[in-house]
Amino acid sequence: MTNGPIDLDVYNELKDATGDKFAVELVSTFLDEAPGMMADLTTALAGGDADGYRRAAHSLKSNAATFGACSLAELARKIELGDMPEDGDLTGVNTLQTALDMARSTLQDLING
Amino acid sequence: MVELSGNLLIVDDNKVNRLLLSRSVEMLGYRALLAENGRVAVNLLATQDVDLLLLDIEMPEMDGFEVLEVLKSNPEFRDIPVIVTSSVEGLDNIVRCIELGADDYLPKPVNKTLLKARLASCLEKKRLRDEQKRLLERFATSEVAQDLQNSGFAIGGKRAHASVLFCDLRGFTGLSEQLDPEATIELLNTFYTLMFEAVTSNDGIVSLMLGDGLMALFGVPQPLENSSQSAVQAGREMFDMIETLNTERAGEGLDDLRIGVGIATGEVVAGYAGTDNRATYTCIGSTVNLAARLEAETKITGSQFLIDQSTFDLLEEVEVARTYKRTQIKGFAEPRDIHAL
Repeated sequence: MTNGPIDLDVYNELKDATGDKFAVELVSTFLDEAPGMMADLTTALAGGDADGYRRAAHSLKSNAATFGACSLAELARKIELGDMPEDGDLTGVNTLQTALDMARSTLQDLING
Repeated sequence: MVELSGNLLIVDDNKVNRLLLSRSVEMLGYRALLAENGRVAVNLLATQDVDLLLLDIEMPEMDGFEVLEVLKSNPEFRDIPVIVTSSVEGLDNIVRCIELGADDYLPKPVNKTLLKARLASCLEKKRLRDEQKRLLERFATSEVAQDLQNSGFAIGGKRAHASVLFCDLRGFTGLSEQLDPEATIELLNTFYTLMFEAVTSNDGIVSLMLGDGLMALFGVPQPLENSSQSAVQAGREMFDMIETLNTERAGEGLDDLRIGVGIATGEVVAGYAGTDNRATYTCIGSTVNLAARLEAETKITGSQFLIDQSTFDLLEEVEVARTYKRTQIKGFAEPRDIHAL
């Protein structure tokens, strides 16, 4: 099942391995932390901080992979590996934000469900 | 089942990763310590007992590469196993981790079964290394053990400036004839315990035990600021300890023990002598012969503590009980001044 923003095989494996209660706690932590990572990314882009830009994308990629948010992880990986866009071009950031919003919404449903 | 235990330090700037890894290792029976970047981790290492590091690479303040460099350059931390857990891109980065001393690499998200196997294997290796180190220290003094760990083992010596101390228990043969074997061994053990304490507390090493005496080195394998001062201080403590022991013995109606100490300072050749299979850290040269002769000389002169001119020259504020001018010492052509303390 890889159609939605979250690969449920990955998510369920996480739940099985760490326990339902812990998985909920971990998802909540990610939901809390993710906006900060996006903010780091945007700030780094605006300030021309290539290292910070790459690191924020790296962090998002790593967490996205943990929860099975495959397309989010792939987008973040592209940003991590790519050059920082010139003139503060937000296209990449906006695409990432959309993918993140979708992943967060599904994850929110999963922990509520 | 083997009981799992160990303090694992998880170093990751990402909170989700820290939580997940600590949960994973705790479920395996380990204790987790957390650090949010390399700097915090290095500070924690100074105060906490850590058996293994799970180390992220991409981190602010101090990244994983820098942590590996710190660990490698510090003898105290060098043997702590490190498993790099990262989603860092590029094979060259992983290779760099291994080259910097990381034991293993696990990509994130970390597979639980792999994590379990790698942790057990790394900790077992560490346990064996620790045991080897303990054995080495038991048989070779911690300084020699350190030297072996730093430079590896090779038969051969190098020239160094050092002070050599010989100490001998007087009339031991006579004493032992009056004692049963168990009591003799006990007396020797007491003697050695006290003398070792005097030597090691002054940064020397006991290089030989000779029945009822010993040879100690100051300034090799690790150089000392003033090897003469350290050796003489050790000698003084030996006499103090024997005096205390004699007070106890007097209470039990036993005879006094007496020791003689000789110290010489100068160039020596120190290193590992023997064969590749069995070798000992030792020291040779005329300085060693002179120290041995001075110790023997205490039986002739009646002064219990004799040092040579070179040792004397390096001492600060010393009171000499007596100087024997131009004394002819067996094995040495030129007569020389020796000092009794």
